[in-house]
Amino acid sequence: MEKFTTLTAIAAPLLRINIDTDAIIPSREMKRVSKTGLAEGLFAGWRYKTPGSREENPDFILNQAPYRQARILLAGINFGCGSSREHAVWALHEWGILAVVAPSFGSIFQGNCVRNGIVPVVLDNAIVESLARQVESDPAKRLLTVDLVECVVGAPDGSRHTFAIPRADREMLLEGLDSIAVTLKRDAEILAFREQDKTRRPWIYLPTAA
Amino acid sequence: MGRTIIDKLWDDHTVADLGDGASLLYIDRVFLHERTGSVALKGLEAAGRHVRNPEQVFCTMDHIVDTTPGRTDDTRMPGGREFITSTRASARAAGINLFDLGDDRQGIVHVVSPEQGIALPGVTLVCPDSHTCTLGGLGALAWGIGSTEGEHALATKTLAVRKPRLMRIRFEGKLAPRVYAKDLILHLINRFGASGGTGYAIEFAGSVIRSLPVEARLTLCNMAVEFGAWTGIIAPDELTFEYVRGRPFAPTPAQWDQAVAYWRTLPSDHDATFDKEHEVDCSGLAPQVTWGTSPQQGGSIDGQVPDPASENDANRRQSAERALQYMGLEPGTVLNGVPIGAAFIGSCTNSRISDLREAASVLRGRHVAVGVKAICVPGSTQVKKAAEAEGLDQVFRDAGFEWRESGCSMCFYAGGESFGLEQRVVTSTNRNFENRQGPRTRSHLASPATVAASAVAGSLADVRKLATV
Ligand code: SF4
Repeated sequence: MEKFTTLTAIAAPLLRINIDTDAIIPSREMKRVSKTGLAEGLFAGWRYKTPGSREENPDFILNQAPYRQARILLAGINFGCGSSREHAVWALHEWGILAVVAPSFGSIFQGNCVRNGIVPVVLDNAIVESLARQVESDPAKRLLTVDLVECVVGAPDGSRHTFAIPRADREMLLEGLDSIAVTLKRDAEILAFREQDKTRRPWIYLPTAA
Repeated sequence: MGRTIIDKLWDDHTVADLGDGASLLYIDRVFLHERTGSVALKGLEAAGRHVRNPEQVFCTMDHIVDTTPGRTDDTRMPGGREFITSTRASARAAGINLFDLGDDRQGIVHVVSPEQGIALPGVTLVCPDSHTCTLGGLGALAWGIGSTEGEHALATKTLAVRKPRLMRIRFEGKLAPRVYAKDLILHLINRFGASGGTGYAIEFAGSVIRSLPVEARLTLCNMAVEFGAWTGIIAPDELTFEYVRGRPFAPTPAQWDQAVAYWRTLPSDHDATFDKEHEVDCSGLAPQVTWGTSPQQGGSIDGQVPDPASENDANRRQSAERALQYMGLEPGTVLNGVPIGAAFIGSCTNSRISDLREAASVLRGRHVAVGVKAICVPGSTQVKKAAEAEGLDQVFRDAGFEWRESGCSMCFYAGGESFGLEQRVVTSTNRNFENRQGPRTRSHLASPATVAASAVAGSLADVRKLATV
């Protein structure tokens, strides 16, 4: 996973509330057993004129210059709610989004972001709305900064907004770590737990697969 | 200080404290399906890693497989065949338990899991599927994860998880006839919003819960995720133990007493504290139905579509306006009586045998209205067989319903079968998002009994007003 430290980029406001993962990538766009090839399906239901087509809807924000170059998304409450499909995060990442700023996230989506190099930034609704207003007046020039080292979002008007992110998530993003490798450093503890647990809860331990 | 059921399960599964409120939790069971599990298995293979304890890992085919009789690996979903064959190959190579097409144990993951005794009180169970919270109905700590986390659980038997805040919701009073767990959860989400549970693990408690049969508890917990919760859970009791006893992967008779003794220690202590508590009075609750494109946009069947203009919050107002436009509804329309084109009974929310019995009790001696496409998809092959043994399939068929093979079917649109443009569907599923059941399809969530009554009426209908025959 690539490391994320700080990013200054065009931010696209998409402030609808409760944007679900079906909207981020519709099921019909997940055509292969793969984590790639998904950018085209991002927001397909809104980005294209008719379902399944590739004729762009010019009203949709990510189809408009300069938002085509957006690397940051500003979103409404409960962004990424709904299905657990990690494809939503893979599609965002492949399209180019590296940070999402929202008042709250669907919990599985939030975890999926961290595991794929997208920073989920939680800020108050009023701040997100103010950021949206600021960038909208001249999106190509009025850039947003997401600084994960300092845990601060820098706005075009010079204001700075601190955000909280769990320590482990921040480390994983900053270092671009592989979470399995990190956990396997504790393998001795895991195996010891299992041995003890076998006498405490023997019914958990099934014979071979059937 | 007393501990909640969630605290107890957390403590009992903690391998290591990771600091900052996070723990490395031991994962007892992993369940996979062909839609997201296939990517996890492939990812693991690509990284040269192995499944640790494959005997505790399960996989079913439910999301992409067709549900039409005589189905094969070919499906109507574009590219669907690859999901099925790739999952099968990876599952076999990994040596995990596979409930393949044609296997008696096949079905929707969250229906199969309790049915086979894989989900049990007190276990930690994860699946790359958001409705894994269903299994909280048995007293399991179960939650949905992404595919990458799935790889982590498979390879290490653990997950690094930050402990959520704890909420308890007590449902008190008594449910009126023809009002179900589905109505309870729709009402809850309507009242507190689709993000009302965000950041929380929620214990559902109270007198209503204690009298709910286990299958209804599964329905309730199923939609904890639509409430925004990390998961939901209900303390196991005698009803749970009776439900679990004798199931294929449940504790053996020799292990039974030890297991039950442990399960009895799990309910929250009397002096346990939660970060938030709500009480919901269920007396007088009417059957619920949604009118919008978020599960929070709903209300009583005898209510009206609200006027977005009366909504003070700008975000909620805009979302209601968009929803009404998508749904093709006007403010002030009485829900009871809105004409429908289709009815769907199925999904991990409401496709268990008790759901089919309730729907059949409405349909017996009746027929769906002219022009209504009606489909019943049993949640598992076992449910289907049990229903057929009771003659329920005949009741559905006589009433004009299609009777399908088990699977997720049209709970979601994967590019294959759909209800069609702007078709209005009353559905026993859990999500009414835009395009969820097909391009521009308009979904109204309701209980199986309400779906059946509406199918008969040809419009959203109040099941309480249908005379029993
Ligand atoms: S029935 Fe629907 S909600 Fe349940 S697992 Fe299948 S697709 Fe998901």
